[in-house]
Amino acid sequence: MSVARFWRETPRRYNLGGSKCSVCGTIYFPPRAVCPQCTHHRQSIEKMLPFQLSGEGEVLSYTIVHEAAEGFEMQVPYALALVKTVEGPVLTGQVVDIDPATLRIGQRVHATFRKLREEGKAGVIHYGYKFAPVEDADPRPPPRTPAATAPATDGAPGDRAAA
Amino acid sequence: MQAGIVSYGAYVPRYRITPTEIGRVWGADGEGMGQGLNVHRKSVPAPDEDTITISTEALRTALIRGAIDPQTIGAVYVGSESHPYAVKPTATVVAQAVGATPNLTAADFEFACKAGTAAIQTCLGLVGAEMIRYGVAIGTDTSQGAPGDALEYSASAGGAAFVVGREHVICRVHRTLSYTTDTPDFWRREGQKYPSHSGRFTGEPAYFRHVTECAHKIMEASGTTPKEYRHVVFHQPNGKFPQRVGKQLGFTDEQMRYGLVTPYIGNTYSGAALIGLANVLDHAGPNERILVVGYGSGAGSDAFDLETTDALAQFDRSHGRPVQSYLDQGVEIPYAVYAKFRGKIHMGGS
Repeated sequence: MSVARFWRETPRRYNLGGSKCSVCGTIYFPPRAVCPQCTHHRQSIEKMLPFQLSGEGEVLSYTIVHEAAEGFEMQVPYALALVKTVEGPVLTGQVVDIDPATLRIGQRVHATFRKLREEGKAGVIHYGYKFAPVEDADPRPPPRTPAATAPATDGAPGDRAAA
Repeated sequence: MQAGIVSYGAYVPRYRITPTEIGRVWGADGEGMGQGLNVHRKSVPAPDEDTITISTEALRTALIRGAIDPQTIGAVYVGSESHPYAVKPTATVVAQAVGATPNLTAADFEFACKAGTAAIQTCLGLVGAEMIRYGVAIGTDTSQGAPGDALEYSASAGGAAFVVGREHVICRVHRTLSYTTDTPDFWRREGQKYPSHSGRFTGEPAYFRHVTECAHKIMEASGTTPKEYRHVVFHQPNGKFPQRVGKQLGFTDEQMRYGLVTPYIGNTYSGAALIGLANVLDHAGPNERILVVGYGSGAGSDAFDLETTDALAQFDRSHGRPVQSYLDQGVEIPYAVYAKFRGKIHMGGS
């Protein structure tokens, strides 16, 4: 991934910056410039507001990766999960700080800030969200920043949205 | 209003390794080494953790605890000797990741293990001069010792973030001062992966001289004696040095109880004294006096004469994990996994 492309995505990767339709209330991640839920899409033009997800959610489904993607060789086996956030959108992300064999559907997780990949030894380092389990003995809520920072922009093809 | 600490947070990675396990690999008496250093186990960062991720987690906790709007932060300084980039500030990524950009100043600090305390002093100056509303000082490291070197038994990973401000101060700063000399006890040259050190020279002329002198000078300036302090925190490259220097200065084990965390997580370098202070604040009540004396090789000490305020009683510590949980918990890994996580295995290629 080019440096510029990743840089453009830092609001969503760093801070889970999505968008919310001020007409119907639907929340999107990644953010969208118009709301496909509204009967007439034009209703939502210039009415999409920045909205930051809390990072809280639960595992909807998951897979355990044994054949690592490039850059993840040191982490196999690792879990990749669909996480249903409390605000609605479903995110795909790695679940860290857990033995993958113990991961279960319904596991409560929270977003955590991790290194995603490095462009070789001399290249840029990409950071962003992953998920970590919320343990019963762990009293903390997800360590999220309270401010919304993301501008509303068009989501890429394949973006998943939920009300 | 006087500048002081308004919030704080700490973060230590999940994995641990014991000196016994390290010694097993190198044919050394690891258990004896651990006992000698008073280090029972040390933290190990996961392959996807570094100084930037640890600093971000610690600061996010601090901001939620203090209910601080990131956009009101005027400065973010990250002290570390393991910044992921040689050129590209850690502080910029951390500031962006907590939503504090763009209207702030940010920079990385480096002074061996006292870069974090130096960052606190800088924030105190900026906040005290009313140039900024809030300043953030972070001390974090993921340092390594060369395989088989004595440092490998203690060098670990972790960090703590402190927010300095004038409103809702939970810990007042009565005074801070420093003691600095040119003392070559420990260094790492540009491009070198592992640090070098002067063995026993790191003791008396370096750590003990600077910490002792700095502690004496701040107590003299404040007109205090060890008895006035409920808690004391020293830089802790191992669990032995701070205990010895504490006794030399006249502090008791009870005063050092919460400030000594290295025996359970190892030496987190720039994070060491600050995680110790975070643990003290986790346990402290209002109006308790705290002495902090950091140390950084090269060499220098920063001392802080602190006192918790009534606001600490209302401070919401329920957000974020208490330091004690990091001391008690963790997943132990064998040396082979540790070597893989820390990039000590040559994988081929460039």
